[in-house]
Parts: sequence; C-alpha cells; structure tokens
Amino acid sequence: MSPQMIDRLWQAAFDTLFMVGVSAGIAVLAGIPLALFLVTSGPGGIFPAPRANRLVGLVVNGFRAVPFIVLLVALIPFTRLVVGTTIGVWAAIVPLAVSATPFFARIAEVSLREVDPGLIEAAQSIGCRRRHILLHVLLPEALPGIVGGFTITVVSMIGASAVAGAVGAGGLGDVAIRYGYQRFDTTVMSVVIAILIVLVCLVQFTGDTVVRRLRAR
Amino acid sequence: MAGLALDSVGTASPAASIAVGAQVAPVAHAAVGPRGTGTVRFDRVCKTYRSAAGEVRALDDVSLDIPSGAIFGIIGRSGAGKSTLLRTVNRLEEPSSGRVLVDGGPIAALGTDGLVALRRRIGMIFQHFNLLSAKTVRQNVTLPLTVAGVEKREIARRVEEALRLVGLEGKAETYPSRLSGGQKQRVGIARALVSDPEILLCDEATSALDPETTLSILGLLRDINRRLGLTIILITHEMSVIREICTDVVVLEAGKVAEAGPVWRVFGAPEHPATRALLAPLTRDVPDDLAARLRPHPVPGGMAVLRISYSGAMPPDLSALVAATGGAVNLLQAGVERIQGHAVGRMLVAVGSTDAEARLRAIGLDVEGIGYVAADD
Repeated sequence: MSPQMIDRLWQAAFDTLFMVGVSAGIAVLAGIPLALFLVTSGPGGIFPAPRANRLVGLVVNGFRAVPFIVLLVALIPFTRLVVGTTIGVWAAIVPLAVSATPFFARIAEVSLREVDPGLIEAAQSIGCRRRHILLHVLLPEALPGIVGGFTITVVSMIGASAVAGAVGAGGLGDVAIRYGYQRFDTTVMSVVIAILIVLVCLVQFTGDTVVRRLRAR
Repeated sequence: MAGLALDSVGTASPAASIAVGAQVAPVAHAAVGPRGTGTVRFDRVCKTYRSAAGEVRALDDVSLDIPSGAIFGIIGRSGAGKSTLLRTVNRLEEPSSGRVLVDGGPIAALGTDGLVALRRRIGMIFQHFNLLSAKTVRQNVTLPLTVAGVEKREIARRVEEALRLVGLEGKAETYPSRLSGGQKQRVGIARALVSDPEILLCDEATSALDPETTLSILGLLRDINRRLGLTIILITHEMSVIREICTDVVVLEAGKVAEAGPVWRVFGAPEHPATRALLAPLTRDVPDDLAARLRPHPVPGGMAVLRISYSGAMPPDLSALVAATGGAVNLLQAGVERIQGHAVGRMLVAVGSTDAEARLRAIGLDVEGIGYVAADD
C-alpha cells in the first residue's frame, strides 16, 4: 500500500470513530429519556400517559422500520436544517443519531422493564418521589442491561456508518467501497475489514467488561 | 452554631426564617413530619379488582382498629386479601370504598407531598426484601434520608444507628447479593426504621426465611417494638409467627374478617373454620390409631372420648377434673402452652361414666365429645 493510502485509511478510521462516537453520544442522551418515557408512561407506570405512550411507540417503530440508506436520503432536509449542510461528516451524524436513538431506546426499554416492580414499591414505601425512582431505582438497576444494549448499538452503528460515504462523509466503509470494491484493490478491502473487526471486537470487549463489573456487585 | 445561623437570616423573609427554624429542630422530624402515636383504623374498607374473569372482591367491608404499640397480626390463606389490606395503610393500594385512618387522620385525600410525608412515617419490609442490588447496604439504608433531604452528618449518624440496631455494622459496604436471606431482611428493617417511623408494615417478612432465621428476625421485631414503641402490623400465613410475637390477630377469609382478638383467645378458642384450619399445623389432632378405633355411638361397657380445651390464667385443676368425671379417667393426650400469660391447650381423655361430659361442663370446662371406644379395644 502507498503512504497516501495509509494516510487515507487513518483518516477514514478517524472519521468512522468520530461519526459513531458523536452519534452514539446523542443516541444515549436522547435514547435513555425516550426509553424511560416508554417504560413509565404505559398503563400502570409511574407516569401514566397511555395515549402519548402509544403515539411515541408508533413513531419509534416508524423510524426503526426505515432502512438506514433510505433514512439518510429522506432526512436530507432535516439534516440541512440542523447542521446547515448535506455533505460531510456532520451530515452523516444527523441520520446516524436519528437511526440509533430509537434502536437504543428499545433495547434500553427492555432492561428497564426487567427491573423488579417490588423495588419500585419499596422505593415508594420509603417516600421516594417519582424522579427519585428514575434516578435511584430504574436507571441504576437497569444499568448493566443498558450498557450491554449500548454496546450492541455502537457495533451496529459502525456497520451503518459504512453507508455514510453516500453523503461524502468518508469513513472506513467508504474507502472499502471506493478503493476495494470499485478499483478491485483486495489489499485495501482486507485491511479495512481487519480494522473493522478489531474495532468491533474492542467495543464488544469494553462493553462486556463494564457489564461484568457492574453485575459483580 | 444555631444562634449564628439565626442571626444571619435575621433580615430574611419570613419563609426563610421558618426554614431555618425547622433546621434547628431535630432534623429527623423536620424531614418526615411530626411523629404520631401509630394507630391505624380501617373503616368499612372494600377493594374490588377488575380482571378478565370478572370482578374480584379482595376486601369486603373490613373494619379494624389497630392500637398504638401493638404487634398486630393479619393472617389468612393466600388470596384472603391480607396483602391488599396491609398495602392500603401506605396507599400502595387504594381502597375501592371505605376509609383508612392513620393517627386518626384519613389518608385518602393526601396529595403527593402529604403521601410522601405519610410514607416516611410508615416503614415497610417485604417477603423478598426488595433491596436495590446496585447499592451497598449503607446506600440502601441511606436512601430514605437522602430523598427526604436530611443533612449529611445527621444521615451518617442515623444510618450507623440503624445498622447497629439490626446487627449489621460490619456489612455496610457490602452489596446485598453477598448477604444471606436473614441479613437481607435485616437491611430491609434498617432501611424501614432509619426514618424513625411510628408504624412498621411487614409483608410476609419471614416467609422466605428458614425457621431459625425466622425466629431471629421475629425476635428483632419484638425488640424493636419494645425499644422504639412503634406499632407493627404484619401479615403471614403461618400461625407460628402470630404465636411467636403478636399481641392481637385478625383472621381474614375471602376478604372478610373471620375472627379477631387477642392472640391467646383466638388460639385457645378458635371459632371460625378458617382459624381452625390455620391452627391445624400447630394443634395435635386425635392420633391416627385412636381415630381408627373411634365409633360414633356408645359401646356397652366402653368409654367416651372427650376433648377438653382451655385458655385462661391457669390450666384446669386436675383433681377437680377427675372428681367431676365420677369414674375411670384415661389421659390420652394433653398439652399446654403459655401465650401472653395465658395457659392455652387441649387434652384428650377417655372416661367411663356416661354423664361425664355433662358433669365436666358443669364445672366450667369446654368439653366436646368426639366418639366412643369399646373397652376391649
């Protein structure tokens, strides 16, 4: 491989990490409140609002149903509104975050639902208000599951970010398509795949370690 | 310290000085409201659940008075409504109709703040302990005070005190998953008591524990009742728990009060079939071999088998008993135990004379003829 290609790969790896990192951050900030809403606003929840619950559930399902490449294009007007451009890394971050948020919210929702209702009752019995229950019971008790779900989200976002080349955002997937596939450069293709494998393994290992630590308590 | 704080807000608004005044008072009470005497009254409480199978009446017109400082047992088979009844006291469950009064005040109308304040005056422990697994023992016990906004030093002092009370000083930094069932329940008790409540609700608190641990937890509850003077309301399906610590008991059957009274009386003279059924494991029944020989009608030259029940200050006078029968008396089985200073028990005797049953009744004994045996058997 030429030194330029090695530079290109470095740049691509950085772009991928940047895109995934920023959108994963947004997915957490938006996804956890969304998951809390989905869990607590259902019938019998601590903030019951069944109609809003159904509506939000429907919207979440809608976003989950659209394939990422379609979402990327469909969101172009929204992306322009938010980041002022439709090309480049930031233009990819918007659809990535929009797609990852409902995905992560659904996974976090499952963990939150598994928190023993007896714990919520116990918290109520000691005079916890609803916000205390979110802060001291639901989130800490569901944390191992949420971290595990976040790991899955990040891994699937690394996959989705390969499509970001379509809006000129670069990244590893883009290099693999342009050089490896379109120019038949098997070496580049292999190197990109190797980097992606290492990346995914690192993310998974880190996530698993954190979950194990949390569960060891 | 207090003087300085007061001076510094001398010019502040009245609201601010009230807040400071509350801080100067014992912090515990500022955070949880005034401590009452711990009486609970159920006034015609009903609870109906709607389910797919139709309406289920969990509580049917329950009226009860629980006095201050009592250890009040609610017993019943599963599904009798005892858990529902207990949960109406801190409104984890809302009655469909009727009123629940704590310290004489109805609790149904309390808003969010009032309900939170009420719950801080009522501790609760659970069958499955319900400890937060992500928090250490200390953090679990601290939580009721943190959410009440109690000051840090005060929290530390009271958490130490609560852990000492339940005998878990050394386990403060441990996570609940590393504790035994009995230790977990002790953490639950510490968490329930750290707010200095006037009432403690125990929801099948010993049902998940082995017999030895059950005794030690019950001993702790009795000790707490005496030392802190708080009212304990416990539900259980085991009569042995009631006998061990309760002063009063109510038997629930299908959502209704079947029987209520001091424990010694309900044990000594159970009136309702549900009470008898619950007492069965503790009562020695007619031995099998004897039961097989019992006949429903008198046998010429045979004996009558009588069951004599007693509950009073003293067990029956045996010489008077023998004299009253006016003939042969065989003691088949007998027992007596002391419950709350009363002798409670039953004896089974075979008597020769035909009118022994009436004569024993005449000297004031509770006698029941259960059959006859032939002399040559």
